[in-house]
Formats: sequence, C-alpha cells, structure tokens
Amino acid sequence: MTTRAARPYLAAFRARFQLVLQYRAAALAGFATQLWWGAIRILVFAAFYGVNAAAAPIGLTDVVTYVWLGQALLALQPWLADPEVGQAVRSGGVGYDRLRPLDAYGYWYVRTVGWMLARALPRAVLMVLAAAIVLPLVGLDDWAWRPPSGVTAALLFIPAFILMTMLAAAVLMLANIIVAASLNERGVNAVLAPLVIVFSGSLLPLDFYPDAWRPFLHVQPLAGLVDIPFRIYFADLTGNAALRGLALQAGWTLVLIALGRFAMERMMRRLEMQGG
Amino acid sequence: MPQILVEALAKTYRVAERAPGLTGAMLGLVRRRWREVHALADVSFSLEAGELLAFIGPNGAGKSTTVKILSGILRPSSGRVEVDGLVPYEDRVRHVARIGVVFGQRSQLWWDLPVIDGFDLLADIYRVEPERYRRRRDELVAMLRLEPLLDQPVRQLSLGQRMRAEFAAALLHDPAILFLDEPTIGLDAPSKLAVRDFVRRLNREQGVTVLLTTHDMHDVEALAERVIVIGQGRLLTDGPFESLRASVLAERRLHIDFAGAAPELGIPGVTVRARSERSLELAFDPTKIPTPKLIADITARHAVDDIHVDEPAIEEVIARFYDLHDAGEA
Repeated sequence: MTTRAARPYLAAFRARFQLVLQYRAAALAGFATQLWWGAIRILVFAAFYGVNAAAAPIGLTDVVTYVWLGQALLALQPWLADPEVGQAVRSGGVGYDRLRPLDAYGYWYVRTVGWMLARALPRAVLMVLAAAIVLPLVGLDDWAWRPPSGVTAALLFIPAFILMTMLAAAVLMLANIIVAASLNERGVNAVLAPLVIVFSGSLLPLDFYPDAWRPFLHVQPLAGLVDIPFRIYFADLTGNAALRGLALQAGWTLVLIALGRFAMERMMRRLEMQGG
Repeated sequence: MPQILVEALAKTYRVAERAPGLTGAMLGLVRRRWREVHALADVSFSLEAGELLAFIGPNGAGKSTTVKILSGILRPSSGRVEVDGLVPYEDRVRHVARIGVVFGQRSQLWWDLPVIDGFDLLADIYRVEPERYRRRRDELVAMLRLEPLLDQPVRQLSLGQRMRAEFAAALLHDPAILFLDEPTIGLDAPSKLAVRDFVRRLNREQGVTVLLTTHDMHDVEALAERVIVIGQGRLLTDGPFESLRASVLAERRLHIDFAGAAPELGIPGVTVRARSERSLELAFDPTKIPTPKLIADITARHAVDDIHVDEPAIEEVIARFYDLHDAGEA
C-alpha cells in the first residue's frame, strides 16, 4: 500500500536525479570553483587564527573541516530556486503538473530534492577525494577534511544530513512558490542567496558572530542548514545539545513544509493561464 | 445523467492596465488600475459518455479556458461543473486520474528523456499496474506507429511525431474522457489526417468521450457530430455541424467554363462572385432557384464547356457565423 502511494514520487525523484546527474561539465566546474573558494576561505581563517587563536570559538582543525564540508555540500544550500519551476511557469508546464493525480506540493518537493542531491553528489565525491584523501597524501594534513569525530558523531550526522537536506528543500519550495506566483526567479534568488549564506553559517560558523546575536542565530530556521549538522559532525554539538539541534532542524522543516503547502494552495487558486 | 455537465460557467481575469510609455510605467508603480476580462461569461452544455464534441470559436473566445476548467487546472469565477460526478477543481487529484489531456501547444513529455522513459514515468505517476501498462503501451505504440521513435529524446522529434507521442502519453492510464486543445495546430496534412483518424478510432472503437477545440474546420468536419460555437465567452450555438452550415449558409456555387467569352447573364437572384475571360463563378440559393433549372437555363442559351456545383468552404461558413454574431476577436 505504501509502496503504491510512494511510487509516483519515487519515480519523479529518480527521473530528476538521473537527468541532472548527467551534467558532468557543470559538476566539474562547480567542484573546481568550490575547491578554489575553499582554499581561500581556509587561508583567511588561518590568518585570523594566526593573530588571535584564543578568541576563536572553535579550533582551527574543526574550522578547516567545516569549510571543506560546506564547500562539498554547497549544492545542498537553498540559495537558488529550482530552475525547472521558473521554466514550467513560463512555458505553461505548470498546467500539466496540475493534471497529475498527485499532491502538488509533494510532486515539486521530491523533484527539487532530486535536483539538489544530483548536483551535490558528484561535487561531494570529488571534494572528498581532493580534501580528505589527496591533501593528507601530499603532506598537507593540517589543512585536510577530517572524518567525523567519533562513531557517535558519525551516527548523529546521518539524521542531521537527512534533515538538512529536507530543510533545504522546504526553504527552496517557498522560493519556488514565490517564483511561480511572480513568474520570475531573479528577485527571489537575489534575496535568498545572501540570507542563506549568512544565516545558515555558510559564510562563518554562527558562533563567530557577536554574543548578542547568538541566541537568535541559534534558533532561527537556517541554522539547521549548515551550522547545526556540521558541528554535530566534528562533535562540537554532543549529547543533549546535538539532540536539541536535530529537533530544531526537524521542527523548522515541519513548519516550513506546512507554510509552503499553505502558500502553494493559495498560489494555485490564483493561478491563471492565458492563451492557447 | 450526462458525463460532463457545465452550467452558467464564468471566468473573469483581472488585468493590470496602465497608460502607454514611460510616464504610464511610472504611474503604474504608484497606482495600478485593473480591468476585468471576461474569458467566459455564461456557458452551459452537457455531454454524454461516448460523444465527440468540437468546440470552435475565434481566438480569445474562451475555448481553452473551458478546457482548462474542465480538466481541473483553473477554477471558474462562478458556475457549476461536474465531470463524472466530480467537481474538477474541488476534487482535482481524483478527477485528473480519470481524464487525458493534450494541449497542442505544450508538451507533457520530458524534453531530455527518450519517449519510452517518459511513458514509464507517466505509468509510475498514474500508478498503472505494470501488466496493464505494458498492454496499453503496446496497443498505443501500434496504433500511433511510435515503435521507431521510442528510443529518441523528445527534443529530437518533429512536431508531427511529437504529437503522436503526446497522444499516447495522455492515454497510458486509460482515461474515459479525453480533452484536446488544438491538437492539430501546426501539423502538416498527413499528420493531421493521422491525428483525426486516431481520435475517431478512439471514440468509435474504445468509446472514449472526446471534447476538442480547434480552428481547423476540417477537424470538425472529419470528426464531430456535434459542434459548439463560442464567441466572447458566450455560447453561440450547439448542435450538429450540418445544421450549423444550413442555418448560416444555404448558398451553392456554380462554376461555368464557356466555349466563348463569358456572357452577362442577368438572372435575378444569382450573383456573380468571380469572372474571368471565359468563366464565371455564380452564387445562388437553391431553395429559391433549383440547381437543375439554373443549369438548364444557362446551357440552353450559351455554349458551355464545363460546369460544376459546390458549397462554400467551411471556413467561410464559420467566418460568416462569427460576423453574424459579432464574435470576432475584440
């Protein structure tokens, strides 16, 4: 029964995943860019730690891992609305989406997840090769991407990773819906990218921000995209703190999905399609 | 109980209006005026299972809007719609599982995927049982001669090939009702014939109810027993195509090639539509001047090489009908 219910969504996910996975040139270009930026960010951190390491909230080796992990999974960050949605809205393909006997939100959601994962996977594999394997081999051990800090951290990172993906897709769905309602993705992407880069902890781990901001930074939804899962990875968040982090990720994911479903319902009611 | 029931259907769009030019654009930022566009004003009709109905009307008449409401994509401003006992836009998911839709101007197949992969995906999306899917797919592939196209990505197909694939895609889940929105638009003559032939077989042999919109009067003549003419969001007529033709135009045309120069005829009730050196095209009403009598009169007085009678083209019938109802695009 459940397999029957899930069958269309799995198929839609698989189709999108397989299709996007074929774009090798995009994956290589993305990897090269992210490797380059990763190196630069690490140099900046190294300079900062060289001046005043005591002021830093986390150690340098953890920050290096934080950077590589972030570069590897950059394509999982929701800073770009799904281009397929913008295209479907302009071409009228949204009409055909409405003709599928599926939950409209779920149908878009799984496709967006497929798109994100297919973009992230090859880049992440290449980044592991480069930052976690090649760097130690050439003697740059201090600048390498380390494995998770212990078995518990590794095990906790699994749900944290799943939740970060689900949360990212829920954020993207809100962006997708705005794109569909406004018929244009530029405005959304322009606002979304800086918000996500700052508030997820992608630019800087959230503990680097001023003390007064932190209570807010640590409970806002975007913290679950980078800061929480990555700190679980290198065991900066452990025990109850780690569980609280997972709960925060899960809670915000549910809230954003509910919000997205509501917004989508309203958007579809207003949907207008003119012409042939 | 009819399969499709439409009562007093209306759909109004709000369109932002602004004065032309830069000043207009600036003013539009501050204060925006809205104009209401009545795509559908008051449309009612019903359709029994197994019928084949053609919807015709000028551009902007509301044909596509009607199809989009019936298929559950759009929600009407007012009125009642029931298809197989369901209200399409209220019970969308259950409704769309039972219908097939082809929009001539859009594609429902995946541009980058081979045709067969698109079919497989649709079978998953509609949860068609694998055994049933294989049978249905093979049947459609045979009917539409799709075998050589199955491995090609959709983007490589010609429009005619793609439309055949689109038809199969719309029917894999075996819907009882098929909505076609301008299915022959842009197709070449053989492809049009193939589409018509397929739709006819589907309707006659498999009992699928078909509602199609078109601008191609040959589609209507070849397929539909019943025609609805719609203009400016209103239903102008609903009935057999022949009675539409009879009500608007009982006119006959007589084409005559003379042995010598074309004469002045001067017969009351007969108008000369075209004249060349040795031939005439005449128009007359056969209920007033019987065709055999007219021919006899002419051949008795003039030497005639060739003579034949025909009816006005269907396009002309419709154009005249639109004029009559002032229904052309505003």
